Amino acid sequence: MFGDYEAQRHWQEITLNLPVQEWYFNSSDNNLQYWGLDYPPLTAYHSLLCAYVAEFINPDWVALHTSRGYESDHHKLFMRSTVFIADLMIYIPAVVLYCCYLKETSPRKKIANAFCILLYPGLLLIDYGHFQYNCVSLGLTLWGVLGLSYDWDILGSLAFCLALNYKQMELYHSLPFFCFLLGKCLKKDLKGKGLLLLIKLITTVVAAFALCWLPFFTQLEQTMQVLRRLFPVGRGLFEDKVANFWCSLNVLLKIKSLLSPHTQLMFSFALTFLSLLPACLKLTLQPSLRGFKYALVSCALSFFLFSFQVHEKSILLVSLPVCLILNEVPFMSIWFLLVSTFSMLPLLLKDQLALASVGTTLGFGVACASSFSIFENISEEELQLRSFSVYVRRHIPGFKVPAKMLKTWFLVSVTMMSLLTLTSITVEPPHKLPDLFPVLVCLVSCLHFLLFLIYFNVIILWDHRNGRSQKKIN
Amino acid sequence: MTCVCSCSPGTAQESRGGPGAGAAEPFSDGAEPSYSTDFEVHRNWLAITHSLPVSRWYYEATSEWTLDYPPFFAWFEYTLSHIAKVFDPEMLNIQNLNYASPRTVLFQRFSVIFTDVLFIYSVYECCKCIEGKKAGKELTEKPTFILSVLLLWNFGLLIVDHIHFQYNGFLFGLMLLSVARLFQKRHLEGAFLFAILLHFKHIYLYVAPAYGIYLLRSYCFTADKPDGSVTWSSFSFLRLIALGFIVCFVSALSLGPFIAMNQLPQVISRLFPFKRGLCHAYWAPNFWALYNALDKMLCIIGLKYNLLDPKKIAKASMTSGLVQQFQHVVLPSVTPLATLICTVIAMLPSIFCLWFKPQGPRGFLRCLIVCALSSFMFGWHVHEKAILLAILPMSLLSVGKPQDAAIYLLLTTTGHYSLFPLLFTAPEFPIKVLLMLLFTVYSFSSLKTLFRKEKLLNWMETIYLVGLGPLEICCELVFPFTPWKLKYPFIPLFLTSVYCAAGITYAWFRLSVSMLPGPAVSKAKLQ
Repeated sequence: MFGDYEAQRHWQEITLNLPVQEWYFNSSDNNLQYWGLDYPPLTAYHSLLCAYVAEFINPDWVALHTSRGYESDHHKLFMRSTVFIADLMIYIPAVVLYCCYLKETSPRKKIANAFCILLYPGLLLIDYGHFQYNCVSLGLTLWGVLGLSYDWDILGSLAFCLALNYKQMELYHSLPFFCFLLGKCLKKDLKGKGLLLLIKLITTVVAAFALCWLPFFTQLEQTMQVLRRLFPVGRGLFEDKVANFWCSLNVLLKIKSLLSPHTQLMFSFALTFLSLLPACLKLTLQPSLRGFKYALVSCALSFFLFSFQVHEKSILLVSLPVCLILNEVPFMSIWFLLVSTFSMLPLLLKDQLALASVGTTLGFGVACASSFSIFENISEEELQLRSFSVYVRRHIPGFKVPAKMLKTWFLVSVTMMSLLTLTSITVEPPHKLPDLFPVLVCLVSCLHFLLFLIYFNVIILWDHRNGRSQKKIN
Repeated sequence: MTCVCSCSPGTAQESRGGPGAGAAEPFSDGAEPSYSTDFEVHRNWLAITHSLPVSRWYYEATSEWTLDYPPFFAWFEYTLSHIAKVFDPEMLNIQNLNYASPRTVLFQRFSVIFTDVLFIYSVYECCKCIEGKKAGKELTEKPTFILSVLLLWNFGLLIVDHIHFQYNGFLFGLMLLSVARLFQKRHLEGAFLFAILLHFKHIYLYVAPAYGIYLLRSYCFTADKPDGSVTWSSFSFLRLIALGFIVCFVSALSLGPFIAMNQLPQVISRLFPFKRGLCHAYWAPNFWALYNALDKMLCIIGLKYNLLDPKKIAKASMTSGLVQQFQHVVLPSVTPLATLICTVIAMLPSIFCLWFKPQGPRGFLRCLIVCALSSFMFGWHVHEKAILLAILPMSLLSVGKPQDAAIYLLLTTTGHYSLFPLLFTAPEFPIKVLLMLLFTVYSFSSLKTLFRKEKLLNWMETIYLVGLGPLEICCELVFPFTPWKLKYPFIPLFLTSVYCAAGITYAWFRLSVSMLPGPAVSKAKLQ
């Protein structure tokens, strides 16, 4: 009953009634233990805007202290419509524009692509069912990607800075943006145009941050407190059940109790850094739009698997870039998107969204299967693994990517996920293992994610050779 | 506001208190959404059929929602109850009135989704019967594709089944399947399916005349004269006996156990409770809505110009929560018998056409729709959900001829709009508006693309349909904030009802006329 919905309502109450300096501080009026603000300032400003509208309609909704736990039909309608309006203004136009400007696709395919991206169950369920405003941050990131693909680097980086200032989890995407832009500057030769671009970008970023954090830069204490709220390093490696490497490892080897918090932090930092290093280096040295998109996927996935204090909702940060490459590797993208929705199953069941998640997943599956004809074209070429297999064949002759087997594995995977969903809904777990089903869900999802990480990294690392060899052939 | 106990042949348990009657009681801890009472009805029936022996099914009255569908539906609920045991055994306790745990809701909703599989199969069969005129076109422009989308995503069916909670999906599936079988000349199967359907929900009795006359005329008489009239010598007794046997067999299966237990009168009384009310709190947009409106108008005019004595007028208000014997003031009062006679008279022309000038399965389908629509127009205590009985078969005709497409668009848009008062809570408002827009936009654009050379609707009809938009805005967005809300709370329902009734009456009239060219043509031939 009290979850993110109440958190968002509470933030509206806080931002409306208290002065800016008190938003992130613990006080008698603002009890940080009760859903304290832990997103950057832009979220707070958005909440303030919604609060003004709420006060206009019915002041009871945001009255200080007395409106805690307020729930009524009209209030629910209001809150849901704020998500819808944010979606309509930011996320949906970005998706539509992105699909409009896809190259080498017919109009019908563009519409089908946009339709499938918008139908992605994970975002729909979390934003409208669980109640969050992911559409804003993901939409702004998408605007950033759009800007960068048309060489409007300043606007693109501005959009991404805004996204970062909306939710600090967008840091997952920050490295690819940074590497891609750095690579562009390097390519343009650091002594001339490149340097100019670099300076312009730095100015934009600093200006964006300054603007958003203006009220909090007046005192050092303010800034430190906000940072402390945004990055709660004291909380531990993971919380609850997440389809994360650490959580899955914990099932076999109790790391949480084995290592000290400091060591845990070091380990996770090291592993994350190591897993995303190859892709980022490649992107800096050979910046290309295609590489950028794949790097977004693999970096976000690395962060999700190995980072600190990851929530299961963070998989959405990986799903957005995967949606962007839907038209390039439809089969694997759709598989990933289905697994990502499945990985959030324990959270969705807690919110009583079982029916909604099954319905939307089925709808998404049907829409994608009919738009992309995925089962017909599973070959090396389609999986973008041609250059990789050519490279391996030089060392191991007769190597072939098991494309036919993939179809079987996909069906097995889907069956396993459906069975787990069904048992989670209907059967009671045994007394000794009350968390059996969430843990199983996390283990299965984590396994899938690790394999996908390897797959996407392979594509990135062998991407350039594909371009070169194609040019040679042509 | 008390809940309305609805009663009428076939529409029993369908109108469980319209919006004016405070139907769905929200749960005590405000976090749970309020469920429609149809949900409670079906839960109660699960409990009754599971916990009690067959002999007590039609006598049980702990809850006010007694079993008032024929025995096959009761057996269906019995089967479902065994699966319900796995989800949540508590829902099968008769004493647990208004029990709606999350597992219960999940099970009930999944059962509707699951039984819709039959509906999907029957849509597939119907699509096979439609001749694809221009083959080789793009998929989305083929008549079969358009028909399947119009049926599967029918707005009315979606909100009545999945939001308001009923099992119409598979029942309509049975009906469409029997129609498809008749198209495919598998008459005995069609008759069998219809007989089963009748014993699932007896509202389909309204379209039984169409079935009866068609089977008699086109199946029992094996040959026709060249000009289409009856060849009495070709009557096949064997076929008649086969049909009779099927009907008797199915009825025996269904009612047999109850006849053996001497419970038939009780079953009949539960199935056809002729209690009260020409209309319930929200008038279904049929002829009687217009009749009531006219009566009220004349009454107001009469009072104003002192033609009537105010003391003689009954005090009963029209749309309060209680349903009462509605006394018309100026116009003569209407009795159940009068409505029956009107319905029969309305159906007669099409039935005569079906007999004297059979146009094959298409003529039968047209007659079926006219019967369904006539019963909606003139029936006693009709619920607005009954419009679906006419809309769904009409989809089959709409992809055939442009004139039918025009009537379909008119009927469907108006009929669907008239279902709006069923969902009256604030959160359901964006859902119903968006779904309705989706369906309406699709139906218009796809049918216009299919019949691009002809103009479907004339200017008057277009203005009428466009007027639905402002009407909705007035009723749901503007009116609640005006000072009239307290004084005349029934005005939105009244306006909706009368406006839709006009449209539906017009559609009924055009449809009846479209059946008629037959006799005119044959008369011309004779002359």
